[in-house]
Amino acid sequence: MKTLKLSMVALFLTIFTTVSNAQSADDVISKYITTIGGSEKLKALKGVKMEMTTNGGGMEIPVEVYTYLGGKMAVKLNLQGKEITQMAYDGNTLWSTNFMTMKAEKMDAEATANMKLNDADFPDPLLDYKAKGYTAEFLGKETKEGAECFKVKLTKKPVTIAGVKSDDVVFYYFETENNLVIASETEIKEGQMKGQKSVSKMSDYQEVEGVYFPFSVNQFGQELKVKKITLNPVYDEKAFAFPAQ
Amino acid sequence: MKINKILQIVWVSCLMVSALSAQDKIVLKGKELFGDMKARHIGPALMSGRMTDIELHPTNNKIVYAAAAGGGVWKSADGGASFSPIFDEHIQSIGCVAIDPSKPDQNIWVGTGETWTRNSVSVGDGIYKSVDGGQNWKNMGLPKSDRISSIIIDPKNGDIVWVGVLGALWGDSEERGIYKTTDGGLTWTKMFFVDNKTGCSDLIMDKNNPNIMYASFWEFRRTGWSFSSGGSQSALYKSTDAGKTWNKIHNGFPAGKFGRIAVTIAPSNSNILYAVLETEKPELNGLYRSDDAGANWKHLNNDFGLVVRPFYFSRITVDPKNPDIVVKGGLFGSISRDGGKTFKNLGNMHSDIHDIAFDINDSNRIYCATDGGVYRSWDGGSTMEMVSNIPTSQFYFVSIDDKSPYSVYGGLQDNGSWYGPTKSPGGIESRDWTRIGYGDGFRVIKHPTKNIIYSEMQGAENVWRFNTDSEELITIQPLPVKGEAKLRFNWNAPMAVSTKQPDRFYMGSQFVHKSEDMGLSWTKISPDLTTNDPIKQDQENSGGLSKDNSGAEKHCTIFTIAESPVDEKVIWAGTDDGNIQVTQDGGKSWNNVTANVVGLPKNTWCYHIEASVFGAGIAYAVFEGHTKNDYNAYTYKTTDFGKTWKSIITADVNGFVKNIQEDFVNENLLFLGTEKGLYITIDGGANWSHFTNNMPHVAVYYMELNKKTNDLVLATHGRGIIILDDISPLRQINQEVLNKDVHFFDLKPAVIEEQSNFGSTATELEFIGNNPPDNAQIIYYLKKRHTLGKMDIEIQDANGNKITSLSPGKQKGINVVNWNYNMKNPKTAAGKVLDYSGFTSPRVQEGTFKAVLTKGKDTYTHTFKVVNDPKSAISAADRLKQKEMTKTLFDMVEQLAYTVYQMDQIVKTIDLMVDKNKSFAKDCAKIKTAYENLKAKMVVTTGDNYVGSAEKQLREKLGELYANIASNFTAPSASQLENFEVIKQRFDGAMLDFKNLKSKNDPAFQKQVTATATPFVLKSFDEFVKE
Repeated sequence: MKTLKLSMVALFLTIFTTVSNAQSADDVISKYITTIGGSEKLKALKGVKMEMTTNGGGMEIPVEVYTYLGGKMAVKLNLQGKEITQMAYDGNTLWSTNFMTMKAEKMDAEATANMKLNDADFPDPLLDYKAKGYTAEFLGKETKEGAECFKVKLTKKPVTIAGVKSDDVVFYYFETENNLVIASETEIKEGQMKGQKSVSKMSDYQEVEGVYFPFSVNQFGQELKVKKITLNPVYDEKAFAFPAQ
Repeated sequence: MKINKILQIVWVSCLMVSALSAQDKIVLKGKELFGDMKARHIGPALMSGRMTDIELHPTNNKIVYAAAAGGGVWKSADGGASFSPIFDEHIQSIGCVAIDPSKPDQNIWVGTGETWTRNSVSVGDGIYKSVDGGQNWKNMGLPKSDRISSIIIDPKNGDIVWVGVLGALWGDSEERGIYKTTDGGLTWTKMFFVDNKTGCSDLIMDKNNPNIMYASFWEFRRTGWSFSSGGSQSALYKSTDAGKTWNKIHNGFPAGKFGRIAVTIAPSNSNILYAVLETEKPELNGLYRSDDAGANWKHLNNDFGLVVRPFYFSRITVDPKNPDIVVKGGLFGSISRDGGKTFKNLGNMHSDIHDIAFDINDSNRIYCATDGGVYRSWDGGSTMEMVSNIPTSQFYFVSIDDKSPYSVYGGLQDNGSWYGPTKSPGGIESRDWTRIGYGDGFRVIKHPTKNIIYSEMQGAENVWRFNTDSEELITIQPLPVKGEAKLRFNWNAPMAVSTKQPDRFYMGSQFVHKSEDMGLSWTKISPDLTTNDPIKQDQENSGGLSKDNSGAEKHCTIFTIAESPVDEKVIWAGTDDGNIQVTQDGGKSWNNVTANVVGLPKNTWCYHIEASVFGAGIAYAVFEGHTKNDYNAYTYKTTDFGKTWKSIITADVNGFVKNIQEDFVNENLLFLGTEKGLYITIDGGANWSHFTNNMPHVAVYYMELNKKTNDLVLATHGRGIIILDDISPLRQINQEVLNKDVHFFDLKPAVIEEQSNFGSTATELEFIGNNPPDNAQIIYYLKKRHTLGKMDIEIQDANGNKITSLSPGKQKGINVVNWNYNMKNPKTAAGKVLDYSGFTSPRVQEGTFKAVLTKGKDTYTHTFKVVNDPKSAISAADRLKQKEMTKTLFDMVEQLAYTVYQMDQIVKTIDLMVDKNKSFAKDCAKIKTAYENLKAKMVVTTGDNYVGSAEKQLREKLGELYANIASNFTAPSASQLENFEVIKQRFDGAMLDFKNLKSKNDPAFQKQVTATATPFVLKSFDEFVKE
C-alpha cells in the first residue's frame, strides 16, 4: 500500500514535471524532499538507526548504523558474535577499530576535519542545502541505470586532501519518473583509485513513519540491504565517543 | 543522503573482512539496453602508446595532465606517479590540454585532434571544457577544427580564451587560424586566417604582457599516398595588440618557403624567444634565437635532434627559471644548457618525443610525452623513468587463438608486435605479455592448429614465422621474383590464414600471394588488384621541404584479404585505392565489384571485408574515406558475391568505420568499430547503439569474436585491447524479450574454475588488466528500473532449498548478478578474536540451480547449470569425499559454536544471579570457573588478530582444517585425515566434558535460576545457527 501511495505521488509529479519544462536544481531538490516525506518531517528527525546486512563472499554480515543530529554516527558490525564499532564520530573525534588488535584508534586529523564539514548533513545534505553553505546546479538530463534522470551537482564545503583544499562535489541523479535519487557520484580523491568515480545506487525505497528511505544501497556491486529502520532511537551517546583506554 | 556516505564506509569495512505499451516496438539505445554489460580493459601498459601533450598545474605540482594521440586525456594527482583517464566519453585523439591560470582546479580545456600529423593520425571534433577539474566535459564548438594545436586562457579572465586551429590534414578547410571567445566558449570569433591550406601550429602568449602573442602558421597536406610540409604561406607572426593585427617576424630567417615552425618564449625573460624552422635549405634548418622579442633572429643549431621530422617533432620548451636551458622534442629529445648553442640527447626512453615539460618548482623534474607513453626524470633529463599505468597502446589489429583461456595477438604503432593472455592470476600485468616482432607492429596471427605465430613489421619489410615450442624463427615475406613487377606492400600489409587449410597463409601486396607451406614458398593468385595509378606511387619525393619516405605513404596496395569460411575457393580482397575484388575459383579469375557499391565515392579505401559464416556469397565490406577528407561511415552487405550491395549504416553511427564483426549465431547481430568507438546492432543494421559501458570513444581498428567464450575482442588504436565478455545475451534480444517485465537470458553452463589465487606481482602504480568473471552469472533484462519497494534474488538448489542470497541489479536493460558458487558460511564460536577460517563458505558441487528473483509480489525463476572445470583431473569419487568431509567439519564447527554459546549464556546468567544474591557467589564462582576453563580449551580467549595471537585452541584448529578442505576441490589428503582424527578426538572430548559439566552443575544452577527468578532461555541449535 505504501509503495502504491508513493507511486501515486510519483505519477502526480511526473505529470507535473512534463508540464513545467524549465527545470532548476531547486525544483528537482524540492520535489525530491517532498517525495521522501517533506521538510517538516525530515527536520523533526533526531536520529536514525538502520539495521542492515551486507554480503561478504557468501557471508551475511549484520551491520547497524546510527546517525544523529549534529553529525554523530556509529557503524557497528557483528562478526562471529563480536560487536565491532567499525567507525564512530561524536562531533569531535572520528575513530575506528583496528582489526588486528580490536582496539579503538583515532582517524587522522584531516579525515576528522573533513568529517566535521558534514556535521549539518543529517538527515540529508540536500535539505536546506543553501543554509548549509552548499550550492546546487542543474546539469540537465542523463541516462543513469537505464532510466532518464535529472543530474544535479551539489558543491559542499571544500575538503582538505593531503594538505591541499579540494572541492567536495556530489552528482545526484533523480529519476524523472519519481523524483527519487537513484544514484550519486563522487570523485575518489585519494589512493589507487583516485580520479575515478565512486558511484552509489539507491533503490527499494520504502516508507518508515512517513519518511522514505532507500532500503538498498549498492556500491561497486556490494549491496547493503536494510532490514529495519528506527526513527529517533534510544541510544547511549557515549557510544559515539572515543572509548577511554 | 548523509546515510549513504556512511554506507560507503561500511562497504569498505566489509572488504576488509572479505514507458511503452506492449504493442509498441521497443527500440533501446545505448545505456538503456546494455546495462551491466561492461567492457574489460587488458592493456597492456608496458609499452603504452603515443602521447601528444603534457600540461602542468600552475601552482600545485602534484597535478599533471597528459594527452594521448588516440587514448584521451589522463590526469595525475600524485606528481606523475600514476594517471587516470578523464575523457572517456569523447573522441580520444587529443591536440592539447590547457589549464585556466585563474581557476586551475576547475577550468580545464581540451583541444581535440592530434597535431603530430603522421599517416595514422586520427581526427578531432572540436574544443571541450570542464569546470570541475576534468570530471565532466562539454563540447564548446569549433566542430570542424579537426586538430587544435594551442589553447591560451587569459591569466586574469577565464572567459577569454584563444585557440590555435591547425585544421584539416587531408583537405582544404576554412576552419583554421586563430579563434577567440570572450564568453567562456559560447561564441567564437575568427581573429586571424591565412588560407584554407595553412593552419596555426603554435600560438603562445607573453605572460608578462598578454597583449603580446606569437603564432606560427604551417602549410601542410597529406593524401593517402603523399605528405607535403611547407609552402609560401608558412610563417611566424607577432601581435602586440592582443591579436587584432599580426605581422611576420622573419628578420634573420632565410628567404623562401618554410615548413613547420615551432616557437616558444622563455618564462623568465620575455625578450628571449626560440624558434625551430624547416626551410628550403637543410643547412639553415633548426634552432633560431631572438633576444629582442622577435625583432631579430640568429641561427644557432642544425643538429639532427633539432631538424628531424618537423611534422612529427615541433615542440620546444624553456626551463621556467633559466632562459638558457632549452629542450626540444625529437627522435631522442635534446637538451641545451648554453642557450641553444649545443645540445645533447635526453636520457634513454622510448623514441619519438613529442612534448617536454619542466616541473613548476624543480627543473630537475621533467616529463616527456613519447610514442611509448609518459616518462619522468628526477635529474634534469639524464635518466628517464616510465609511467606504468597508462595503457594507451595503439593496436592496428587483433587475432585470437582457440586456447582456454585464449590469448590475443596484435601489432602496435611504433611498439612492435605482442601476444598475451586474456586471463592471468591476479590480473593481466606487464609480465604476461610476450614480444613477437619489432619496428611498427601490425597483423599478428597464430597458426590455427600449430604453435606457430606469424607477425610483421611496416611494409612487410619483415614477416616472421615463430615457433613458440622450438623457438625457430624464419623470415617469410613474399619477395620479388625475376621478370615480375616490384611488390608494393601497404605500411600495414594484410595477412590471413585459412579456416579450411591450416597451413595456408595469405599476404597481399598489389597481388594476393598464397602459401600452402606456412610461408616458405609463395604463389601469386591474382593480377594487380589495385588501380595501379602511377601518380600515387611517387613516395620517393614525398615529404615537402623535408623529404619523408618512411614507407608509410605506400599506396595502390591490397589492404584486406578474406577467405570465405564456407567455401575456401571464395576469396575477397580490398585495396587502399578503393577496389573490392572477389574470386570464386581460388584465384583463377577475379571480379572487380567496386562499381556495384552504389553511393560509395570513387577510390574510397576498402578497409575490411568480413566473409560471412552464413553463406559463401555473403560478405560485409567496410570503406573508409578519411584520407580523402571524407568522414562519412560506409559499410555494405552483399549476399550475391558482390553483384549488389546494401548499406547497413544509419544516422546512429558517428565516425568513419574501420571494422565489422558478425556474430556466428545470429545473423542480425553485428558489431561495428568506428573512429569513435563500438556500435552494436541487434536488427541487422536497422538501428545501431553506441556501446559506452567502460568503453571509451576510442578508434576500434579490428575485432574478433571468440567462438567458445562468445567474447568480442577489440583492437583499439589508443586504449589497448578491450574485451566485451560473452555477448550471447545480445543474440537473444527481440521484441518479445523487450516487452517482458523480466527476462532471464540463457547462458552456457557456468564453470567452477580451479585456479591459483596467489595474485599478481604488480605494484599499485602499474596497470593491471581485469580478468574475465569467474563466477556463475545470472543475466536478465528489466523493462523498467526498480526503484520502489523490495527486490531480492536468491539461489536455490534444484529442489528449491535456499543456498544463498545475492544482490540483484535493478537497472533498466541488462543486469548481471554474480554468484561465486558459495553456500552459507558456518556459524563460528565466539572468541576473544576473529577466526578467519569461519569466513570460508562451502562451495556447491556441479548441478542444476535456480535463480529466484522477487520483485514486489512477483516471482521470476530461472534454471541454470553449473559444471566442474573441464580441465580438472579430479574424479567424482574424490569430489564426493571432499564434499562429505567439508560437511562433517562444517557441522562440527557449528556444534562447537552452539556449545560455546550455551556456556556463555550460563556464565552470563550466573553473573546476573550473583548480582541478585551475593550469598550464591561462592558456589557460582566454582561453576563459572569450570565453564570458563572448558571454554578456554575450546576457543582462544586472549590475544589479538595479529602477532599477539594466543595459542590455538579447538575452534582455531578445527576451523583451519575445515577451511583448507572446503577450499580444495579434491579429497582430503592422508595427512589431513590423520589431523582430523586428532581434532575429532579433542572435539568429542570437549563435547563430553561439556555434557558432564552440565549434568554435574545443572541441578544447582537450575535451582538458583528458579530461586532468583533469573530468566534463562537457551535457543535451540536450529534457532542459533539461523539467526
